Amino acid sequence: MSEPNAFITRTDIEGDEPGPLDGRTVAVKDNISTDGVRTTCGSAMLAEYVPPYDATVVSKLKEAGATIVGKTNMDEFGMGTTTETSAFGATENPAAPGRVPGGSSGGSAAAVAAGDADLALGSDTGGSVRCPAAFCGVVGLKPTYGLVSRYGLIAYANSLEQIGPLAPTVESAAELLEVIAGPDPRDATTRETDTTYADAADGDVAGLTVGVPTELVEGGDDAVVEQFERALDTLREQGAETVEVSLPSVETAVQAYYVIAMSEASSNLARFDGVRYGPDSEVEGNWNDSFAAVREEGFGEEVKRRILLGTYALSAGYHDKYYEKAQDARAWVRRDFAEAFESADVIASPTMPVAPFERGESLDDPLQMYLADANTVPANLANLPAISVPAGETDGGPVGLQLVGEAFDERTIIRAASAAE
Amino acid sequence: MVDHDAVTHVASLARVDLDEDEIEQFTAQFDDILSYFETLDSVPETEDDAELENVFRPDEVSEGLSQEEALRNAPETEDGYFKGPTVS
Repeated sequence: MSEPNAFITRTDIEGDEPGPLDGRTVAVKDNISTDGVRTTCGSAMLAEYVPPYDATVVSKLKEAGATIVGKTNMDEFGMGTTTETSAFGATENPAAPGRVPGGSSGGSAAAVAAGDADLALGSDTGGSVRCPAAFCGVVGLKPTYGLVSRYGLIAYANSLEQIGPLAPTVESAAELLEVIAGPDPRDATTRETDTTYADAADGDVAGLTVGVPTELVEGGDDAVVEQFERALDTLREQGAETVEVSLPSVETAVQAYYVIAMSEASSNLARFDGVRYGPDSEVEGNWNDSFAAVREEGFGEEVKRRILLGTYALSAGYHDKYYEKAQDARAWVRRDFAEAFESADVIASPTMPVAPFERGESLDDPLQMYLADANTVPANLANLPAISVPAGETDGGPVGLQLVGEAFDERTIIRAASAAE
Repeated sequence: MVDHDAVTHVASLARVDLDEDEIEQFTAQFDDILSYFETLDSVPETEDDAELENVFRPDEVSEGLSQEEALRNAPETEDGYFKGPTVS
């Protein structure tokens, strides 16, 4: 197989001591800080940026004895669904040649799919772990908001994002989750937990109730839905029961997600001004001229688009119309899930409503690309854990089954996913 | 309706220079995207019932980055400080 361009930087960082990940190789998404190893976020803005400290998850990998083999390619600052917006070139999908690996953690998923790493870390703001996992035929898990420390994760939209594992199997994803989960004094949103995860991958779904929201199934491509139905059959054969649930709020979830994510991005990315890091500005003039010139040079098109739209949504006269309404929509999604969990233990849908796009297909139509996130963004808006597990193939490539669980109930989605493998 | 001037205005608020092609492209795309966002009008007012609590810790001095480490990525420094362009 040809090189999929999964890595921006190759590394050989040995773990400090023997631990649960002894002898395992891990690829780390390039928006997760590594002490002394450049961390680019897939952006020209940070092409030369070398963090002076490790992200908490990287310290935990080292303590667990893992070997970090590289920093993986990604959509610039996590903004994309294809890994084509990277300043370091697109990544190939090892499981579907000629097609995108999904995004934004496309390099992490491709590294695992190609066997270039045993495990990988990605980050998931609106589906950026689950989408590439689905498209590359591997497992990806977005933890409950607050389970994994974000210290050292270069922020895109911090109220939505979590670092999560990608792996060839549910059990190995759960093992990696076990290593990175837990409270961190450097991230005040993390919570105390003493749960184990790997032992939950026991495939025992007898008596489990799986809720199926029609809203997240009916928009999918026929070939994808067919594989999804087969995955549900597999769960039923093992003693799970499926029930229909309703999530009317998901009809405005994509809009809410993009308004909130872009608004947060416009604020978070204000730090890239070419003074503390970033390219040197050649422009003579005052602070504002220099700042604007560095940002024109350092940011790619999609990043500019999102910063501008976020700035617009927060600007005087539009804040109530967009941002406030998006917060209502977010609370509505959260409430809808809470109601659905009264009659179901997990909620199932296709991870992506479509097969992997052909390369270059979605670049000219950003709105069309945003709509592909319809099934993944609700879990981020509701802060819930969600896993994508391989569920067959279409002519266009792999399909993922997504299972969403209640907050901090990763064990149940891990158990259900292990039965679907 | 988003026009050329609106895109230029928001780009200046965001401190991002754009070339003429980008302005043209964004003008067309923003119209589509913002019209789509307007469907949020139909969302019912919803009380956020998330259980949030403040997390406090004692304010104690601890080890941080050295000045040298903090400055390592800066394109320009002077006497141990970041050096930026003139403010006005």
